[in-house]
Amino acid sequence: MSADVGTVARGSLGSEPRQGRGTVRTVSEYAPAIVVFVGGIVAWELIVSTLGLRAFILPKPSAIVAALADNWSSGRFGLLASWQATTIEAVGGLVIGTLAAIATAFLAARWATARNALIPLGVAAGAIPIIAFAPLMNNWFGALSPLSKMMMAAVLVFFPIMVNVTRGLIAAEPAALELMRSYAASEWTVLRKVRVPTALPFFFTALKVATTLSLIGAIVGEYFGGSSLVLGRIIVQASSALRFDVTWAAVLLAALTGIMFYFAVVVLERIFIPWHASLRAEEA
Amino acid sequence: MTDLTQPSADQPVVRLIGIGRVFARRDGSRMTALEGIDIDIRRGEFVSLIGPSGCGKSTLLRIIGDLIKPSSGDVVVNGKPAERARRDRDYGMVFQAPVLFDWRTVEDNVKLPLEIQGMDAATRRATAGRMLELVELEDFSHHYPWQLSGGMQQRVAIARALAFEPAILLMDEPFGALDEMTRERMNSEVQRIWDRTKTTIVFVTHSIPEAVFMSSRVVVMSPRPGRIAKVMDIDLPRPRDEETRESERYFELVTEVREALRGRDAGHDDDDGEGPASARRLASEGVAG
Repeated sequence: MSADVGTVARGSLGSEPRQGRGTVRTVSEYAPAIVVFVGGIVAWELIVSTLGLRAFILPKPSAIVAALADNWSSGRFGLLASWQATTIEAVGGLVIGTLAAIATAFLAARWATARNALIPLGVAAGAIPIIAFAPLMNNWFGALSPLSKMMMAAVLVFFPIMVNVTRGLIAAEPAALELMRSYAASEWTVLRKVRVPTALPFFFTALKVATTLSLIGAIVGEYFGGSSLVLGRIIVQASSALRFDVTWAAVLLAALTGIMFYFAVVVLERIFIPWHASLRAEEA
Repeated sequence: MTDLTQPSADQPVVRLIGIGRVFARRDGSRMTALEGIDIDIRRGEFVSLIGPSGCGKSTLLRIIGDLIKPSSGDVVVNGKPAERARRDRDYGMVFQAPVLFDWRTVEDNVKLPLEIQGMDAATRRATAGRMLELVELEDFSHHYPWQLSGGMQQRVAIARALAFEPAILLMDEPFGALDEMTRERMNSEVQRIWDRTKTTIVFVTHSIPEAVFMSSRVVVMSPRPGRIAKVMDIDLPRPRDEETRESERYFELVTEVREALRGRDAGHDDDDGEGPASARRLASEGVAG
């Protein structure tokens, strides 16, 4: 049977060279994106200078960075404090929405009746512009309380995670379930050893979408009133004061936060599901 | 067989009495998958169930393993009803797909049934090590299933099925997805394992050479409805190896099984032929299973 040794498919060399290759791959993978990004910024700067565009139409990237620095912890617009407040709202909403979604998904996966009722509702709810509920959230949880923004984020986060995790929990192969049945495994054991690991990749896929949604929910919630030291209010106030350099600075902060959230999920994926096909492809 | 000297050898490990199974088709009509199946399987036997697609051989295997309930008849395993035997973990199962879990290393996949049985960590490690040695994969214990070839994955599945020393090993076309060369190697491998462990094996296949090479008895089944057409003792000497495959007696037996399979088809006057009908039947079987 030693002939089979030669037919080992992939990654038989162990984990060290695998990780090494992975890092090299990652850098070369992102290189084109970085080049386009830097090139775009430079082009933006040059076009604004050459065409002499006024700052209230399109500020130069250098002006946006200057506005960011001037209003970071002092100045008219408190960007640091606002960024912190908005991030806390988004993260709070993400946690609340995710926990509620996972709890609901377990119920939906366990009972077909609950599933038949919840999945179509979840899919339909994804089509509703839930943002329209922002004034209601302010009414229920207090416009000045960060909780009303968290709830906006939580509602947006809830549906994609609930639908995906439910699908993941029922995605186990029939043969895997037959195998567990032949071991006379309890339902709890099947859940722990088969269903939850099967559902993890579904969960992380949904979580990537949900992190972005949590920021959208928080910022849009802020547009409808509340504390003024939040990114959403800064965007509104700076725009009405024609300080578009500050508006852009706030948008930049929100964008960077979204990217940070995304990469945090990527790191979690590598920790929790290193075995998944999407992550092991890089070593082929 | 050496185990014939043991007193318990007289009691059949599996006793099937008048097994029948009816499935409801999607259009509401009923399809008889199995009818009047009687077999006794003795301790340490290697019994193959062979027959064309749709003859209910996989269904029968699942009935023995209590994954499907029969519509009629009784399954007695080690003197107990099948459900009791399953709860006592008398069965090891190997399916056509290896059904290994991607998030577990090869070793951890083999340990899975031992974890479920609540064995302590040291015993689990020792047993998994022994089983991987048995299938000659001890050097791959820390690999992940997707790093192995199909044949190696199926050997891990066999190691896992044998890990808790089940009274019966049920194998459902385990090598059906492998190429002919690998399949022959796997057949020799299973022979070797069976010689060493003396586990009772029930093996479903549609390959005649495979059934003859490995079995002590071959049960030929016919379709529509699934019945036993012929039971043949395979008297090839053991241990069986490459020479066995070239021996005259081997060819005689292969021919005999082939004729039993064919003869049955010819004698069936309500036979509606292969094709759509048998495909539908297979589909309903899949739905029910």
